[in-house]
Amino acid sequence: MIEVRDLKKRFGPTQVLSGVTFQIEKGESVVIIGRSGGGKSILLKHLIGLLSPDTGEVRIDGQDLARMNERALLGIRRRFGMLFQGAALFDSMSVAENVAFPLRHEKLITQNEIARRVDEALEVVDLRGTQDRKPAELSGGMRKRVGLARAIVYRPEILLYDEPTTGLDPITSDSIDQLIMRVCSQLKVTSIVVTHDMRSARRVGRRILFLHMGRIYTSGTATELFASDDPVVHRFVNGISDSQEHVL
Amino acid sequence: MSGPAHRRLFALLSGLGRVSLLLAEIFRSIILQRPRWSEIIHQLHFVGVKSQGVVSVTGAFTGMVLCAQAFFQFHKVGMDTATLAVVSVSMSSELGPVLTSLIVAGRVGAAMAAELGTMKVTEQIDALRTLATHPVDYLVVPRVLASVIALPLLTAESIVIGIGAGYLVGVHLLGIDGTYAWANMIRYTQASHVIMGVIKSSVFGGIIALVSCYKGLHCGQGAEGVGKATTEAVVITSISILISNFFLTLILTKLLP
Repeated sequence: MIEVRDLKKRFGPTQVLSGVTFQIEKGESVVIIGRSGGGKSILLKHLIGLLSPDTGEVRIDGQDLARMNERALLGIRRRFGMLFQGAALFDSMSVAENVAFPLRHEKLITQNEIARRVDEALEVVDLRGTQDRKPAELSGGMRKRVGLARAIVYRPEILLYDEPTTGLDPITSDSIDQLIMRVCSQLKVTSIVVTHDMRSARRVGRRILFLHMGRIYTSGTATELFASDDPVVHRFVNGISDSQEHVL
Repeated sequence: MSGPAHRRLFALLSGLGRVSLLLAEIFRSIILQRPRWSEIIHQLHFVGVKSQGVVSVTGAFTGMVLCAQAFFQFHKVGMDTATLAVVSVSMSSELGPVLTSLIVAGRVGAAMAAELGTMKVTEQIDALRTLATHPVDYLVVPRVLASVIALPLLTAESIVIGIGAGYLVGVHLLGIDGTYAWANMIRYTQASHVIMGVIKSSVFGGIIALVSCYKGLHCGQGAEGVGKATTEAVVITSISILISNFFLTLILTKLLP
């Protein structure tokens, strides 16, 4: 179980997170929505210990990540897989080397087993036959698929997706959404997706958390959020700008 | 103290603190973690093998100009055959390690800062951390070890080429008696001069990798951040080499009489 309690984070004069509290059960599929620059990716990075909070707690099965040093966090991170917004593939390595990276220091796995696991992971993301290609030769959608293959190859319990469909055309976005749902059901993992794409949020999230002004403003199913009378929620889910508001 | 001065001092001290923490993490990693030989060999090739061309040219022309300048002065007092001794001692203890390190700092230090900086801004460093890999173990330690090993070897190469080039210029161009010049060089060049050069270059190698990796790992956002980190890495490394050279000379002269 993932528990976040009163999480606060400031960068310089900007208070990005001002008391975020929520809980995610094992096996749940949760989407965190919110405006661009609203702190969604910052929140996601706290869940895996890439950032440490100014105050508050992030607990994974009772262990508080904020109290751990970087080396202790490495052990916890083996339970996570993360897909980055820009895929964050290692550009000096081929697709196969990228996907094999998490397995390369596993003492009990042979080279043949690593190659088999890489092929298997690439098959899950529909990228058979791309093993020898370099990340620079791939399209945006393919890079994200390779990023996802790298995140699932060591069979993590929790998968974090940072803006998985940003910058992709609607058809590629749809295929990534379907892939997220397929991975979630096939591998029985806990999924946390950060996005501002409401179409995607509606499709992949059983529960949606709305991050607004540094706090979880509301949560519920996609149907509940779309039916909400709250003006802030209504404007966000329907993509209506406030005429009084300055362009961000 | 005024505001901007106070902020600069604070930034300098916090920067020194972060470099010290990185250095401590490097030692912890070297002692406690399994060495990544493939990475170390890859970096040795990049730092050592690929720097040989530029280091050879630097060594050769430094030796040649040093020989010419020394000859022009010694010739006035009839001490032509002392020329090669001056070239040898200077190349071994000062010019070899310092110039080699400055040249390598420009080539390798800039590349390290730019590579790690780009990895940081494209979230590849964060990706490493999510894949349960410590960036210091995987990226910094192999670069530091490779630099500490490669710099003395490159310096030795530079010294040999510098003395050889100086010999060719002195004997074949300026007309110095080769036998006497060689004998004087052997007589006045001591093992301590060479050992001093090797120790210095090893320390300089550590400084190049430490500062460059630090700048790469802590670079700002975007292309501007990477560019700034790269420039700062070369400037700070070069200044650090020159300053530490002075103190190393004082210390090593005491230790290696």
